[in-house]
Amino acid sequence: MNEFDVELSPILLLDLSLLTMLLLVAIAMLRSRHLFAVVMLSGIYSLLSAAFFVSLDAVDVAFTEAAVGAGVSTVLMLAGMLLTARREKPFEARRVPIARLAVFATGAALIYATIDMPTFGDPNAPANAHVGQAYVEQTPDDIAVPNIVTAVLASYRGFDTLGEVLVVFTAGLAVILLLGVGSVRGGREVSDAQEDKT
Amino acid sequence: MFAVATAAIIIAMTLALIRAFAGPSLYDRVLAGNSFGTKTVLLIGVMGFLTGRPDFLDIALLYALINFAATIAILRFFSYRTPKGAPAEPQKAPAAPAEGDA
Repeated sequence: MNEFDVELSPILLLDLSLLTMLLLVAIAMLRSRHLFAVVMLSGIYSLLSAAFFVSLDAVDVAFTEAAVGAGVSTVLMLAGMLLTARREKPFEARRVPIARLAVFATGAALIYATIDMPTFGDPNAPANAHVGQAYVEQTPDDIAVPNIVTAVLASYRGFDTLGEVLVVFTAGLAVILLLGVGSVRGGREVSDAQEDKT
Repeated sequence: MFAVATAAIIIAMTLALIRAFAGPSLYDRVLAGNSFGTKTVLLIGVMGFLTGRPDFLDIALLYALINFAATIAILRFFSYRTPKGAPAEPQKAPAAPAEGDA
């Protein structure tokens, strides 16, 4: 097993530094009690993970992450924050062990699940073995779209994508109704009791 | 050469990150987020040349567009919010120095 015997290429160093920054941002988000800082840091987190996705050649996922994570959800979080306080409430110390246990158990389960995953770029992986191969072979003949992912999403699975657009549109309507149209133009009158303390 | 440029961008990203962690005021953080987005655009642009496939350059341009729109949207909230009530950021006394600029 020379799996960890990778040469130290610039790409690897780049990935490592991106992942280190992701970790630092995540820790800073956990430690901050200032909600606005957490919102801005989550935008930075999305941008970082988008850059990491580009490094993994998943350009479409990266683009979605940048548009939804860094763009839309930051604005939605801010709109939600205008309806509430700007600082997190002090948490109860006795709940901390349970929460920590749940988080670490979930993390350990996820890391355990990665052991079964096929290695990066494995030609025998399920994602490459079955229908993916057919898409790769037939797309240039079927559709004159150079990007295969775009061809799959917009043409082969066009109705599926149409349904997704409907779902996203409904969700957007619901979010606008929940936040209230007034909040988009400056928020409601909210007294912020936490602001003066600490 | 591209590797050196990438390293420089990574260092600039780290600096922006430190400002986002430490930044005492709200606008420091907005500015840190915005400049971090710009660094991401640059990084994606350079990364294409580093791997020898500069096809992702137009994606970097789209990122720049998203970053610009998001910053404008964030700032608009505060331009609407500030007139009513107290100033946007409760300025703390210099009791607490910048936390976590590791």
